[in-house]
Amino acid sequence: MNEFSQAFGATGRMITTLDRDLVEIVVLSLRVSLTAVAVAALVGLPLGAALALLRFPGRRALTVAVNALMGLPPVVLGLIVYLLLSRAGPLGVLGLLFTPTAMIVAQVLLVTPIIAALARQVVEDLWTEYEEQLRSLGATPGRAIPTLLWDGRFSLVTAVLAGFGRASAEVGAVMIVGGNIDHVTRVMTTAIALETARGDLALALGLGIILLLLSLAVNGTAFLLGEAARAGAR
Amino acid sequence: MSTPGHGSILPGRLEGLVFEAGGRRLIDGFDLSFEVGPRTVILGPNGAGKSLTLRLAHGLIAPSAGRVVWSAPRARRRQALVFQRPVMLRRSAAANVDYALALRGIAGAERARRRGAVLARTGLSDLARRPARVLSIGEQQRLALARAWAVEPELLFLDEPTASLDPAATRAVEEIVNAIHGAGTKIVMTTHDLGQARRLADEVVFLHRGRLVEHAPAERFFAAPATPEAQAFLKGELLW
Repeated sequence: MNEFSQAFGATGRMITTLDRDLVEIVVLSLRVSLTAVAVAALVGLPLGAALALLRFPGRRALTVAVNALMGLPPVVLGLIVYLLLSRAGPLGVLGLLFTPTAMIVAQVLLVTPIIAALARQVVEDLWTEYEEQLRSLGATPGRAIPTLLWDGRFSLVTAVLAGFGRASAEVGAVMIVGGNIDHVTRVMTTAIALETARGDLALALGLGIILLLLSLAVNGTAFLLGEAARAGAR
Repeated sequence: MSTPGHGSILPGRLEGLVFEAGGRRLIDGFDLSFEVGPRTVILGPNGAGKSLTLRLAHGLIAPSAGRVVWSAPRARRRQALVFQRPVMLRRSAAANVDYALALRGIAGAERARRRGAVLARTGLSDLARRPARVLSIGEQQRLALARAWAVEPELLFLDEPTASLDPAATRAVEEIVNAIHGAGTKIVMTTHDLGQARRLADEVVFLHRGRLVEHAPAERFFAAPATPEAQAFLKGELLW
């Protein structure tokens, strides 16, 4: 259990001295995950609502596919993105492999199905309550998409946070497409994997504690914002 | 009174209307027409098919057989329906009215004018900025009426609009319904409340078990109901 006490020591030192490497890693981690979640929300929320409200051929198959993609192993997705972005791959000319952009792309693909699947459920439940009223007022299902996304906003925050959890916690995809290059693509999770492999368990655990604290901070902020908004708007 | 002028959706007719669900015939093939003018009250015990009749007429559900015919196309856009428990959007009372107006393509100064007018006429001006969902049930029902009134429908359906309200809130709703009628909107309202039917009806449509049993001017219906079912209902003998 010595690692734990050492880990807390390492954590304390890294935080109090604002270790420059650590700050760099934390900033890149947040940048990659938050950007990926923002893009995934922009795509996933309307996609989920559309799956709930619109009737088109292939809707059921698409719904099942989106739900199944929630369980896609990050390493597999990382491998696919790697193949697409590698120099010989179809998107090789973009030169994105082993850049933060490649990591964001991979995480967007990981997170969008989660947000879309959860949003679909939220919007579908709301629709059963709202359908007759909205149709009577003259809203088409397409017009109801923004309405229901807005009225479901408090529940949908949870869907987006689930997406953030997935993005900030995963290591497989960012490791493969980012390469864990020091000062370029090293993020919290890949640093933890590296230090564990190198045998510096205390440092790895210390980084883990900081990652946990970051996740707490993001979720706590979202919770407080939600409470404030709820009090204002019900 | 509204004039049956050029392009009115009225009169409207339900022709041979049938609605079946789960192997049961809930609306059993009747004809009914909605004429310009009188306040029509659809009366009957629970399960008579009153709500279904409104939903079929408003086009929210499709009949199993028969049809609904209006005198002008796109009739639902010129109607409104106030539900027993209206759904309020999670935004302010004023924004709920704005939403209905936006869906009818009414914007800018005209939207603001109508919003202000209907909120004032339903006594909600002071509550305009409150979130609609924190309003009391009575206030929400008045807001639902304001939202319906704002689009200035030719025909307003009301589905048991006072069934969950106390007597004071009920009176407020009835006064608003009369004001909307006075401003020229045809009223078609369901109720199982005999007192309310006596207060509001110009003509009564009496339904029982999905059948149209009697359709008569209110005075005649209450003074001398022609059918045994209506007589029993008026005597307070519940029918099933």
